[in-house]
Amino acid sequence: MTYKEISKEFLDKANVTVGDTIRVTKEDIAYEGILLDRSEDAKDAYIVIKLDSGYNVGVNIESAAIELLEKGEQPKIGFEGDRIEKDPNKSNISIISTGGTVSSIIDYKTGAVHPKFTAEDLLRANPELLDLANYDVKALYNILSENMKPEYWVKAAHSIADDINNGADGIVIAHGTDTMHYTSAALSFMIKTPVPIVVTGAQRSSDRPSTDAFLNIYNSCGAALSDIAEVTVLMHNSLDDGDCALHKGTKVRKMHTSRRDTFRSIDSEPIALLRDGKVKSVNLPYTKRGENELELNTEIESKVALIKSYPGISSEIIDYHIDNGYKGLLIEGTGLGHVPDYMIDSLQRANDEGIPVVMTSQCLYGTINMNVYSTGRLLQDAGVISGMDMTPETAYVKLAWALGQSDELDEVKRIIQTNVAGELTESSSLKYFLN
Amino acid sequence: MAKNKSKKGKKGNKNSSKGNDAPKIERNWEELGLMMGLEIHQQLNTKHKLFCPCSTELTDDEFDDGIIRNLRPTQSELGQIDRAALQESLRDMTFKYESFNNHTCLVETDDEPPHALNREALDICITIASLLNMKMVDEFHTMRKQVIDGSNTGGFQRTGLAATDGYLDTPYGRVAIESLGLEEDAARRIDSDDEFTEFRLDRLGIPLAEITTDPSMHHPEQIKEVAYMIGQVLRSTNVKRGLGTIRQDVNISITRGARVEIKGVQDLDLMPEIVEREVQRQLALADIKDELIKRNASVEDTIYDLDEVFKDTSSKILSSANCIKGIILRGFDGLIGKEIQPGRRFGTELSSYAKKMGVSGLFHTDELPAYGIGAEEVEAMKEFLKINPEDAIIIVAHDEDVAVNALNEVIRRANMAFDGVVEETRKALDDGNTEYMRPLPTANRMYLETDIPLFQITDDMVEPIKNNLPELPDEKKERIKAEYKLSEDLANQIVRRLLGDTFESLLSKVKVDPTTVASVLVSDLRDLKREKVDVSIFDEDKLVEIFSLLEEGKISKDAIKDLMIAVSKSPDEEVGIVAEEANLTLLSEDEVRDIIHEIATQNESMIKERQMGAMGPLMGMSMKKLKGKADGSLVNKIVREEIQNLMN
Repeated sequence: MTYKEISKEFLDKANVTVGDTIRVTKEDIAYEGILLDRSEDAKDAYIVIKLDSGYNVGVNIESAAIELLEKGEQPKIGFEGDRIEKDPNKSNISIISTGGTVSSIIDYKTGAVHPKFTAEDLLRANPELLDLANYDVKALYNILSENMKPEYWVKAAHSIADDINNGADGIVIAHGTDTMHYTSAALSFMIKTPVPIVVTGAQRSSDRPSTDAFLNIYNSCGAALSDIAEVTVLMHNSLDDGDCALHKGTKVRKMHTSRRDTFRSIDSEPIALLRDGKVKSVNLPYTKRGENELELNTEIESKVALIKSYPGISSEIIDYHIDNGYKGLLIEGTGLGHVPDYMIDSLQRANDEGIPVVMTSQCLYGTINMNVYSTGRLLQDAGVISGMDMTPETAYVKLAWALGQSDELDEVKRIIQTNVAGELTESSSLKYFLN
Repeated sequence: MAKNKSKKGKKGNKNSSKGNDAPKIERNWEELGLMMGLEIHQQLNTKHKLFCPCSTELTDDEFDDGIIRNLRPTQSELGQIDRAALQESLRDMTFKYESFNNHTCLVETDDEPPHALNREALDICITIASLLNMKMVDEFHTMRKQVIDGSNTGGFQRTGLAATDGYLDTPYGRVAIESLGLEEDAARRIDSDDEFTEFRLDRLGIPLAEITTDPSMHHPEQIKEVAYMIGQVLRSTNVKRGLGTIRQDVNISITRGARVEIKGVQDLDLMPEIVEREVQRQLALADIKDELIKRNASVEDTIYDLDEVFKDTSSKILSSANCIKGIILRGFDGLIGKEIQPGRRFGTELSSYAKKMGVSGLFHTDELPAYGIGAEEVEAMKEFLKINPEDAIIIVAHDEDVAVNALNEVIRRANMAFDGVVEETRKALDDGNTEYMRPLPTANRMYLETDIPLFQITDDMVEPIKNNLPELPDEKKERIKAEYKLSEDLANQIVRRLLGDTFESLLSKVKVDPTTVASVLVSDLRDLKREKVDVSIFDEDKLVEIFSLLEEGKISKDAIKDLMIAVSKSPDEEVGIVAEEANLTLLSEDEVRDIIHEIATQNESMIKERQMGAMGPLMGMSMKKLKGKADGSLVNKIVREEIQNLMN
């Protein structure tokens, strides 16, 4: 029970707990119903009653009398049922849940959508998935994706490798959407995979009938059974519950706060579209199933900063990170890859101290080119490394990973500018913008 | 086929036509234990929708996007999937939503989370609650009410309880107003085909007040009166007006029956008829139940393949279907064809359950042979299924899975017949009959909308509104009647027809006889409309122009109606000029005297003969010539003078 102070005392005195049927009487009105829990951050001195009509109502308990009518059970959330049997004729998909909207359900304890749902619950709520494959499901951790840390990427990569070694024909990772593209980039660099690894999520929680979770998971399982053995992100391709887009894990970004089709390929296009659990069309060449041997490289340096340039930025920001032991700096510069020229001295200092500085653009679309303007040329002279056409997020993850591979500036630079997982595209197709 | 025959009316069956022709049975409602309650939904006239800034006006513009979506039922807060939601989920649920770039936004498409609760809507609720003597809740909780028929993009309607425990005094006594809800209106259903059901998003999210009475009403006329009175209360506040802005649902039960919710009663005058027909239906179903028990009837679960029996059938419906299936209802013979409402049989009830699974209807042995199915085929089928004379057979012809699902629904419904009346939500039809929609929803349909903060309703929000309430219709009528010395009838019509504000506003601008203004508003405008005159041009400004001419003595009140016709033909012309051109302005006293003098002179012999007795005929002749151009009392005065002149 999350009632606090005044309300808690009021309820305790009457020996009432959540789930009990009660009557609350005030001067000119009485309410009868089941006591529900109240969100922790909501105002004190109110209690929540579910009336017979199904409506919840908040009652101010000031000068109210409470009466216990019947003790009740605390309502439980979750699906009950038998173990799900495996079909030997079907492929095996491993679903790894990490939390987020896709694997969350309403939690009236905190009054918000909350990652409480296990991957097993997910299967029971979406039995159609069983038509496609057998599933191993596990909740690796249960966090909202804004709380993701590089160490979780490592944990996920190891877990995926275990599943592949144990015979999984494909991997689906249920993830919160906020930082899904960081995770997909990290897994892209860390794992050479012989099977598809599909990261998916939902923009609308699975407790609502209109959730996008089902279609995303269903098509992700379809992608996990496909021949596309890469780390990918799968989400709605449009506002329709129709096609889902399978994006390259290093060329994708969350571009809208709320739309279902928020994930877009940047400087690229989706590898494929999926519909009804099958690949519907293919746009880009991809690494085929079995082409790679499983290889894991999870070394990563987490002390890397992502700094956005803006008019009026101070070079103190660069100095601060140097002084505080940061091992790499990822700059989100303006335009073709610029910061104000008065910052060059600080960037030169970083370079002198062996801290790689990688330039990307806050334009998001298009490639870095520091040859066009004088500031760009001065930045190159100060040792700033071009992130080419990588998104700032992918470049940030890659820099952290590169620093895990080597602490030599030249070697880091070489890794940054070498294509590892499809993150660099040489040719800028006219199609690759706002598609 | 046992389709809905009442809609078109079956030939030779008088009862199936509109209510008025049906024989009236005076029932003893009290003895029947008739209990009724009302649920009224009224759109509020706010600037914005309940949870987003979009306009609350509907649009008929071409839509910009059609968004395709699916819905799935989910668990509710209490850990069970709702019965009604599950029922709908059995059908394939693909929907298309018409959206607009500038008229709807991402909130309606269920992409963007809802914005904060619309305070204007809540304030209107406080007004309504106060007028209905209700208590506002301390804290408003927005709930998600699961509705997965596609009419809400989220799969739920957002709704909250705003007030409870009110009452309304009516000529039939006090009626308790149980609750006032504030909720979102649903999307408009535009079209439906095999692929998807299409909705337009313009209506989704318009604030609705939902008023529920207790089920304490016992007479069909009473429920009509209460619905009318609540409507009057609502219209004294800032609500939308016009077709579709208010919707009434009626809850009905009788002692031998069960609670049935009838949705979408548009016409208040039809309400008593709907009640009568629902009572008739419940009594008939209760009789069927008694008969079934007496006969020891039963429903078989087996679904039989009848393709073989009908392989050479001449029935087009049967021969064109992929398969023909049937079930046996033991002991049901004669009951399926029994009429339970004018033009609707027990078979229609079974059929409406089957239709939910996608068939267009069913056949039963009580109506066969018919529809191209011959007597020999019926006998062959009875033989094939080895049924007894007291048994009945139901046939469905469609694709295999559809037919099986449909017959399973029929089996389910037939089994319910042993309980008599089924608790259902039904749809009101235009003739007063009702049709099955879905099971009654249970309370489980609601859980908390977590995207919207809880909203405390404090005294300092309620008190200012409470102290400044709009006048109720009855109060308004009494006041207008006294203040402007109107007749009871005129005052009543002014208020009932929502003309009070216009009436008072006009009289604040022109000093003319209030009864004249009231008559123009109540009678003349309506008469003109009937005569197909475009009355939309008579806004307040236009009416002020017209009444000003009257005030200045330039026209007579008898000329107003003719003047309005003239004005409607030249709406852009100044009213004064129109009046002159139409020759409707008053003549001067001299001009009037000249005309009357001429009439009098022509009739000199009659005047001499009849003396003052010529007054009547002469008045008639004068008025005929001067109608609308001279005031009657002036004409009277001059005629009198002219007669007196000639008498001597």
